[in-house]
Amino acid sequence: MAGTGRRVLVTGLSTFWGGRVAQALEQDPSVEVIVGLDTEEPTVELERTEYVKADQSYSILKRLVKATRVDTILHTFLVVDSTRSSSRALHELNVIGTMNLLAAAGAPGSSVRSLVVKSSTLVYGAGHRDPYWFREDMSRTSRVGTAVERSLLEVEDYLSDFADDNPHVTVSLLRFANVLGPDIRTPLSRLLDLPLVPAIAGFDPLLQFVEENDVVRAILHVMDRGISGIFNVAGDGRLPWSECAALCGRRILPVLPPFGAERMLAAFDRFTELPPEVLSLLRYGRGVDNTRLTSTGFRYTCTSAGAVDAYAEAARLRRIVGDAPAYRWERDVETFFRTSSAVVRDER
Amino acid sequence: MPDDRPVAEGERGGALVPIRPITPEPAPLPDPRRSDVDGWGRSERARALCRLLYDPIYRNWFRAEWEGLEKIPVRGGALLVANHAAAIPSDAPVIIHGIETELKRPVYALADFLFRQTPVVGTIWSRVGGVAAHPDNAYRLLREQKELVLVFPEGTKGTGKTYANRYRLHRFGRGGFVEIAMRAGVPVIPIAVVGAEESMPTLWRSSALARALGLPYFSVTANMLVLGPVLGLLGYFPAKFKLRVLDPVSFDVPPDQDRYSRSRVMEEAEGIRVSIQEALYDMLRHRQSVWRG
Repeated sequence: MAGTGRRVLVTGLSTFWGGRVAQALEQDPSVEVIVGLDTEEPTVELERTEYVKADQSYSILKRLVKATRVDTILHTFLVVDSTRSSSRALHELNVIGTMNLLAAAGAPGSSVRSLVVKSSTLVYGAGHRDPYWFREDMSRTSRVGTAVERSLLEVEDYLSDFADDNPHVTVSLLRFANVLGPDIRTPLSRLLDLPLVPAIAGFDPLLQFVEENDVVRAILHVMDRGISGIFNVAGDGRLPWSECAALCGRRILPVLPPFGAERMLAAFDRFTELPPEVLSLLRYGRGVDNTRLTSTGFRYTCTSAGAVDAYAEAARLRRIVGDAPAYRWERDVETFFRTSSAVVRDER
Repeated sequence: MPDDRPVAEGERGGALVPIRPITPEPAPLPDPRRSDVDGWGRSERARALCRLLYDPIYRNWFRAEWEGLEKIPVRGGALLVANHAAAIPSDAPVIIHGIETELKRPVYALADFLFRQTPVVGTIWSRVGGVAAHPDNAYRLLREQKELVLVFPEGTKGTGKTYANRYRLHRFGRGGFVEIAMRAGVPVIPIAVVGAEESMPTLWRSSALARALGLPYFSVTANMLVLGPVLGLLGYFPAKFKLRVLDPVSFDVPPDQDRYSRSRVMEEAEGIRVSIQEALYDMLRHRQSVWRG
């Protein structure tokens, strides 16, 4: 095979985003090799992506980058939903994992020329002194109070050092707003799933969303065009939390007290899946300016309200027919389809 | 993956000269909104209801009277700057209501961040056009959306002052409002307001109570003594409101600069403060009665 196409490494292959991005890359004939790294087995069906199992902190990376000579790394595994793991595991995955990744990508003789990192607008926090629309160069006004925000800020620091030290690598950092869509489950989508949607009494914050397909499209957009820099990715407009609930055919229930909600939730920690960063969001909301990315030619397919609606439609269907059967990755089956001579393959 | 680039009709026809694809204005995305709350939290429906309820107070209680309203532009951004008074400010609703009913254009009012922290009040405040006073918020409203923005540069120092100091303007902050107007390339329109001071006079202030409650000031007003501590928060005295719009101040500087000469900013801010102060003295000189004007 002539080695002319792109060679891409996707971190966090088994996460929602890693799987989606790998599937999209498989459709692109200019991408020759796709290597997916994760600690767990893939959760979506993949045709030509090579899955490599790694340990928690991705220490295998240096060897892997050297052996596969990838030119592009799509770093999609940063954990932004803190209900999914403990704060120590989160630090290990986000901070130590990224450190290992950057060390591998910046090693002498490394073939990596492009690095795209999926971060979150969580780095801006949510506070009463915030501007209504954060631009990429603005810093947060509220105290860093939660483990996930702290780890993402540390990751961004490492990344900016990496970009300074490696001017030959195109580094792009995408900060995604809260994601909603047909398939993804997030702390906010779980709240919208409840018969009565919890809210903080006396507050109706303005939220901003990005639709799940726009997330994948944005990652591929910056990769394809080789655009470097920091970009907010969020749909146009902001809408009140009560309106999000209304779009889902739900009503708001102001059960959370306006003062001391954090302490109350800490007491019920075992029973709720409401992380502290969502609480400050339900109080003050958050808005980001998305014009820097659109000025590079990116077009969204959904506004903020459109993303809520996309989720609401899928949720209505799910309530009637239930969840789609989950995909299970089987090594033997995968090996058969990829290597057996019995499988008839189209010549590419 | 849908391709983002639009393809012009001519490209398929095999024309010899490649026709540059014409970039059509992208069709607006479907936006299935249920409410009319905009990106600043303002709802025109809430504003209309608020105007309906407030109109009798504006006309019959405060009997607001304007002078020079034609100096406020019918379109384009402008920063409205006024003197600030009364423990619970009565001047902001009068100014906003007057301009919105007379000029039929929205006014966004900048106010302390404190509002955002207050349950219920903060939400209502935001729905009726209140915006937290962040410089970037003001810049966007003025420059990008070309709206009218109202600001009280004295801030809580104006509303916290006692009755003995009425109509004596405090320092206009650090002149931040001038810098925002310069950056946004809009004029500053000063407004002098007479009547707010007497609608809720502060007799005594307690800094200890203010600290304990986390408020910028704690005032005991004449209204509280007359109407009791609860009704006294909302019951204004029927002082006659007179508002005078002064000549717009334009700054002959290019917009969108990172910074502007500090001395120029301070000088302009002080000039605007003095012009409002002089207008107030002039209006008070001609005032026959606090209640009848």
